[in-house]
Order: sequence, then structure tokens, then C-alpha cells
Amino acid sequence: MMPFIIKNLPILIVITPLMFSLIVAVLNNNRLAWTLSTFASFLTMIFTILLCFEVSYKSNISYYLGNWPPPLGIEYVIDRISIIPIMIVSVIGLIATLFAHNFFTLEIDEKLVSKTYSLWLLTIAGLIGLITTADAFNLFVFLEISSLSAVALVALGSKVDRKALVAGYNYLILGAVGATFYVIGVGLLYGVTGTLNMGDLAQKIPALGLNKSVIVAFTFMMLGIMVKAAVFPLHIWLPNAYAYAPSPVSVLLAATATKVSIYIIVRISYTIFGSSYEIYSFESLRYILLYLAILAMFAGTIMAIFEKDVKKLLAHSSVAQIGYIVLGISLATSPGIASSFIHLINHALIKAGLFMSIVAMGYYTLKRIDVKTIAGLGRQLPITFFSFVICALSLAGLPLTVGFISKLYLIKAAYMSEGIWLPFLILVSSALSLIYIWKLIEGLWYNEKSLKIEKIKELPEIYLPLLVITFLNVYFGIDAGLIIDNSFIASDALMSGIK
Amino acid sequence: MTNELYIYLSILTPLIAFFITPLSSSNPNLRDSLGPIGGIITFYSSLNIASLYLDGEVLSFTFFQISETLSISFKITGLGVIFGLVASGLWILASIYTIGYMRGNKEKNQTRFFTFYSIAIFAAICIAYSGNLLTLFIFYEVLTFSTYPLVAHKQNEEARRAGRIYMGILVGTSIVFLLPAIIIVWVLTGSLDFSTNGILKGNISNEYVPFLLALFAFGIGKAALMPFHKWLPAAMVAPTPVSALLHAVAVVKAGVFSMLVVITYVFGIDFLTETNGAVWLIWISSITLLLSSCIAITKDDLKARLAYSTISQLSYIVLGGAIATNIAVQGAAIHIVMHAVGKITLFFAAGAIYVATHLSKISDLNGMGKSMPLTFMAFFIGSLSIIGVPPMGGSWSKFYLMLGSVEKDYLLVIYILAISTLLNVYYLLEIPAKAFFQQKRTNIQVTKHPLTVYPTFFAAILTIILFIYIEPLKDITNLIFGN
Repeated sequence: MMPFIIKNLPILIVITPLMFSLIVAVLNNNRLAWTLSTFASFLTMIFTILLCFEVSYKSNISYYLGNWPPPLGIEYVIDRISIIPIMIVSVIGLIATLFAHNFFTLEIDEKLVSKTYSLWLLTIAGLIGLITTADAFNLFVFLEISSLSAVALVALGSKVDRKALVAGYNYLILGAVGATFYVIGVGLLYGVTGTLNMGDLAQKIPALGLNKSVIVAFTFMMLGIMVKAAVFPLHIWLPNAYAYAPSPVSVLLAATATKVSIYIIVRISYTIFGSSYEIYSFESLRYILLYLAILAMFAGTIMAIFEKDVKKLLAHSSVAQIGYIVLGISLATSPGIASSFIHLINHALIKAGLFMSIVAMGYYTLKRIDVKTIAGLGRQLPITFFSFVICALSLAGLPLTVGFISKLYLIKAAYMSEGIWLPFLILVSSALSLIYIWKLIEGLWYNEKSLKIEKIKELPEIYLPLLVITFLNVYFGIDAGLIIDNSFIASDALMSGIK
Repeated sequence: MTNELYIYLSILTPLIAFFITPLSSSNPNLRDSLGPIGGIITFYSSLNIASLYLDGEVLSFTFFQISETLSISFKITGLGVIFGLVASGLWILASIYTIGYMRGNKEKNQTRFFTFYSIAIFAAICIAYSGNLLTLFIFYEVLTFSTYPLVAHKQNEEARRAGRIYMGILVGTSIVFLLPAIIIVWVLTGSLDFSTNGILKGNISNEYVPFLLALFAFGIGKAALMPFHKWLPAAMVAPTPVSALLHAVAVVKAGVFSMLVVITYVFGIDFLTETNGAVWLIWISSITLLLSSCIAITKDDLKARLAYSTISQLSYIVLGGAIATNIAVQGAAIHIVMHAVGKITLFFAAGAIYVATHLSKISDLNGMGKSMPLTFMAFFIGSLSIIGVPPMGGSWSKFYLMLGSVEKDYLLVIYILAISTLLNVYYLLEIPAKAFFQQKRTNIQVTKHPLTVYPTFFAAILTIILFIYIEPLKDITNLIFGN
């Protein structure tokens, strides 16, 4: 049994949530649906951990779906690079599923809850599939699976606020445009190379020289994925989608969805087009990405400063944080990409913690949390407040939290390749981010209560997952070796494809 | 190995106090006794660390290795010994005083207050014994954040506004200037460890030295160099024990201590002298020194006046570092001690007056000397020490600073020191003079709390003791640059 599982791990992590999502869809019992979903995401995480051990001494696992060898069959590749986003999705997926139950029963029609879990697992399966696949077209399939299920999840927020429908619709349209752009690119590439396997593409593209179809294909693919990754200015679907989605969905999407898309940007530019790096990808694109990232940093932060609704505020801050991650990629050096990976992991931890604590406050008070209603809640909800403060300080990049480690390495990388002006911009934007973070902390702690609420008892099933995330925020801020080392291994592996 | 125990002991004691304090909120006597007990243990281990340091022993340990060149580690340096002694020694006095103040004033949220008070001390001790720039930076930020609830303790609109200025300036400068400076050092030298002769020599071209130093000097906002000094007067909305221990001792001294550490152990004074990288800092600190003295004269609020006096005195220390000779740095290090003891006396006195009479304006203090003779005597002695009159401790450090500037032929600096001394005389002695020699205007009910008066008077006596027993301090400062 065990060798069979080990051998098939790359597909098991995708197929487990996929299969369970089918089972869950037909259930009538909501609690059972939740239990099964938790079990599925737990299994996925176990498989991911096993996969981690596998990868750490094999360094590269190639899996042929149905034993059809590439380039005809679909290949799944797990290496030291892709294991990082897989780990993010499965860990956050498990914690978010544990966290989800109370919220779904509150925020969604009772009849729809089990269907919601089905969509939820489908999203997780789609996201993991996106990461594992080494086939450009299969990637499109997973892109659609994850997007469509995520759109449906966002729209389910309509019971609480009808704006969720519009947000979901925007997400759907823009997501579809992005996916279409991507598939146009893939089609063009297929036309000139006759293959869809990423490794195969990487070998065939350099031979084509300065081919116009390839340039156009590259542009289409990148643009398509940049919509999905919410790279500024293609981010407009993100704030509303995060803000009006049901609470657990905000947590899951904010922590994982854009991260996976950013990983795909890295894959496209370094794996598919990496060997023809000089000709196509970076030297021109690099600066476009760099300036977009800087704009994102400031635009996101400034929008967040003026935002009143807290979920939207966090979403705007996500736009800025995506800017930091993209900035690391745009440096096109090994430390730069490593710092991106570090922030990819850390930002998932930070945003998951922040969204969880904010939606928990919303759950306890039955109100939408904005700068006014948040007032005085800190005294009512000490545990939630504590987690929120730690994660918020982590977002601001204060020492002893993961945010600080990210910032340290990002600034070092930026200084090494661009000189002092870039670190300065990064730091000014992160100092600005303190303004909105402080606005929230101060409101929680010092303002007079605006809501008349009787004594609230915090629920363990809500605060335990939250405390786990908070603990990880601090633990990896001190014992950061694991994250740093693996990020550097990943970035070195990526850069070796270029030379 | 057993000697390292003292470092653990001095760092962990305030941390343990931090954890026990909230648990003992139901028993105020137990809770309040944690401070003095913790202070005594920490001071005792700091004394042992000092004597081990004088014996030439090098104590260090790494708490956590983050990556090859990054670690959270502690190492005993000469400057650290001095700052550690100051922070832990005055913690004993301040914690006794705090009990009197908080009870005498019937403040709310005392448990929260004592909790954050101990974590601030913990951060200060960690800064003192930090072994590299990363550790220093981490605890520098911990200190800022842990003192915020203390500054905004009253939780009204005024406290909140002050808290914003406090956090905005301290965190803002540290993120925008200090952090990149540290990362630049890291990239240039590949290391962040302190070394007795600096680590930058040969790793940076000379024309960039002043700029890097500027990033550090303005990044360390706690040193209150103009134009980043506004947080210090703003922080005076805090209860007086906070102003006394934190804003006259722990926080601001952490700032100037970091400046001195950067100047001696990161740049190296020889390297600064060679490159003339610190000359601009002499003038900036001189300007801060004079301007803030002038502003102090205009302030009628007692604590605000003391705040501006603190800004000016901090610049003495930065000035000593900027002159960058052996003697000047020693003078600066001694001034850390002397100013701490002198200024804590003045703040204690200000707090004792407030508890007894609820007066905070200098113009209202006329004739109060007769009702509170001990307190105003202490204030008088403390003022003399700040001014630098023998036989008070403050005279030593001024003497050394002047020697240092003579050595480098900065004659203008001597004039500046002299003018500033005159200004000190004017704005500090005005207060006891009014209290003793002017007629009382109104009848004010005086209800003293004994625990506020005696620590004040003891602190005043300490300034005289430090004048006589200067030898051990001198021995430690002689070792700042190694044997």
C-alpha cells in the first residue's frame, strides 16, 4: 500500500480534494459535509508532507498521468520550487476548512452549505493542480476549475450582502478574459512548436529564434496570468471579491489564490521561456514588472489608508503586498526570487491570520466590520484581538514576525541589484502601511464601544485555528531558517534553468 | 559556562516579571513587589557581569541562528555594561517610586501598566547586551511598541494624539532610515556583529561614510536629534514614572547607546576620524543642543521643560560620539550614567509634586519649597548635576567631553558647551529658586505619598555618590576600546 501511495503522491494531492468534492456535493448533512471536507484537506496535507520528504531527497519527481509519457501525455512535476506553493495551499486549506464551519452555517442558506463545501474542495483541487501540472494546456483546465469554483463561492456571499453577486460577476468576467488570454498564448505556442509540455516547450523555443508568434504568445500568457494574480493595474476584481465573499472564502482566496498565480508567472517566465531568457522574457518585461510593482505598493497602501471597510482594506493591502512579491521576481536575480518566495509564504500566513481575526469579529458581533464598528472590540475579544495585533504587526514587518524576515531579504535583494533608491521606496511604502494598521489597532483598543453588545464568549473552534496561524507568524519570524533555505534552493533551481 | 548565567538572569528576570504581573492582578501588593525584586535580581547580575567584564572575560551566547550571517545573539561590551547597569539599577528605584505614584494618584489599569513597564525594561536590557545590529534593531522596536500603551495610558484624545506622534516618529524613522542602514552594512561587510574597532573599514568608500552615518543617526529616532525630536515632548502625557524611567533613562538612553555602539563598534572611531565622516554630526548635535535649551526656557509646563532639557542632554552624548576620540566617547558613556541619575531625580521630583499638589505648571510652584522641602532639595541637587557642578556626578562627563573637544581642536564646541551650561542654569535653577524664595500665592492642599518622596531624595544623593565613586565607571569606559 505504502509504496503505491508514495509512487502516486503527485496525483493524490489533486485527486483527493477533487473526489471528496463529488461526494460532499450529494450530502444533505452539513456537519458531515464539513467533517468530510476537513478529512479531505487533512489527507491532502498528509500527502503533501510525504511529498515534501520525497522531494527533499529526490529533488525532482516527474509523474506521467495514466502512464502516458510526455509530450503526448500529461506530466506532473513536483520539484523544490513547486513544493512551496503546494505546501501553502494545503496548510492554509486545512486551517481554513477547520475554521469554516460556523461561518458557512451562518452566512449561507442551509440547503447550499454542502454544495459550498463541494466548491470549496474543488477550488483547493484546482489550485494544487495548477501548481503540479507541467502541461501548459492542462494548466488552463485547472485555471478554469479553480476560477469558476472560486467565482461561485464569492457569489454565495449574496445572502449577507447582494453586492457579492456583482463582485462575483466582475471576478468571472475578468477571470475569463485572463484565462482566454492565456489559452490564446498557449495556442500560438502549440502552433509553432507542436508541443504543450513545459519542459518540451523550453527546449524547442530557443531554436525558433526571434519568432513573432512566440513573442505574442509570451505576452498573452503573461497578461492572462497577471489578471489572475491581481498585479496592478489588473487587480480591480480583487478588493470586492475578497470583501463580499463569505468569510472563510475570503481567508482561503486571500491566502492562496493569487499566490498560486504568481507562482505560475514565475514558471512561465523562468521555466518555459527561461532557456531563451535573453531573447524573450526578462530584459524588457523586467522593468515593466518592476514599475508596476512599485505602483502597486503605493496604490494599494494609499487605497487601504482611505478605506473604511476592513475586509476591503485588507484586500487593498493585498494588492500592495502582491507588489512586493512581484518586485522580487522582477529583480531577476537569485536573491530577488528567493525573497519573493519568502514573502509568498509569509504573506499567506499574515493575510490568513488577519482575515481570520477580522471575520471572527464579524461573526461574534453579527455586523460588518468597518473602522467604526471595530471600536472597543479589543476588550471584548482579547484572544482575537491578540492574534489580530500580532498578524498586523507582522504585516507591517516588525521584528520577531515573519513580515520582518520578508522585508529584510526583499530589501537586501533590491539593494544588491538596484542600489539604494528601490529599498527606500519599499520602506516608505511599508512605513505608510503602518498608518492603516495603526488605525485598526488603535480603534480596537482605545475607542469607546460603538456597538451595544452583551458579553461575548470566544469560541474555541474559531480561535484555535487562528492561534495556530498567529503562532506560525511568530515562530517562522524567529526560526526562519526553514523558509529561507527552501526559498533559496527554489530560486537557485529556477535560475539554473536560465544559464 | 556558569558565568553566562548572569546574562540569562538579567534578561529573563524582567521577562518573568512580565508574565507573572498579569497573573497576580488580584493581589496588588504581590504584583507591585515584583518590580523592586526583579530590579534587585537584574541589578545584581548586571553588577556581576560588570565585574566579570573588568576581569577581561568575554561573555556571549547565541540565542538563535536564523541563517549563516543572521543571528539573535548577545555579547557583553563595555558600553553595554554601562547601559545595563543604568537600566537595571534605576529600575529598582523607579519601581518603588512607581508604586507610590500609581497608588497616590489612583491611576486606572495599573496591572496593564506594570506589565508593559517590565517588558520595556526587558527590551532595554536586551539592547544593552545585544551582540549584533539585528538583535539591537529587534529589541529597539520591541521597546518602542511596549512603551506605546504606557504613553497612551490615559486613553483620552490627547494621549491618543501623543501616542500617534510617538509611534509615527520612532517607528517611521527606524523603518525608513535605520533598517536600510543595517541592511547596507550587512551587504557591504557580510556581517552584523559588533567588533571593538568597527567592521566597516575597508568595506566602504570614504565618501559614502557620512551618508551611511546619517542613515543611522536619523534612523535612531530615540536619540532625539533634531528634526526628529518631537516624540519626546509628546510622550510626556504618560504618567510621570514612565517619563522618569523610560523617557529619561531606558528609551532615550537606548537611543544614544545605539548611536555610540554604531559609532564605536560598527564604524570604529579611528575610521571615522580618518574619513571625517562624523564632522557634520558634531554640528547637528550642537544645534540640537542649543536650540532645545532655548525652547526649554519658553516652556512653563514642568515636564515639557524637562523633556526639552533631555533632548539637549542627549545631544551631549551624540556629540561625544561624533567627536570620535577615545576620551570624548568615554565622556559620552559616563554621561549616559550621570544624566540618567540626574534626570530621573528631576522627573521623580516633578511626579512627587504632581501627586502631592496636582500642580504641573512652573509658574504655580511659587513658595512650594516650604511644604515639600525634601523634594525641592532633591530637585536642586539633580539640577546641579545636570548643569555639571562638582561635587555632583554630572561634572565628570562634561569635563571629559571638553577634554575630547580640546584634543581635536574643536574650540567652537567648547563655547557651545559653555553657553548651554549657562542656559541649563537658567531654566533648571529657576524652579527651586521660585519654590524656595517666592511667596506662596494660594493655599494648596499637600498630600504627599512617602514612596514618591524618598526614592527622589535617594536618587539625588546618588548623584553625589557617583561623583566620589567614579573609579569603577572609569575602569569600564577605559575598556570600551578593548585592552
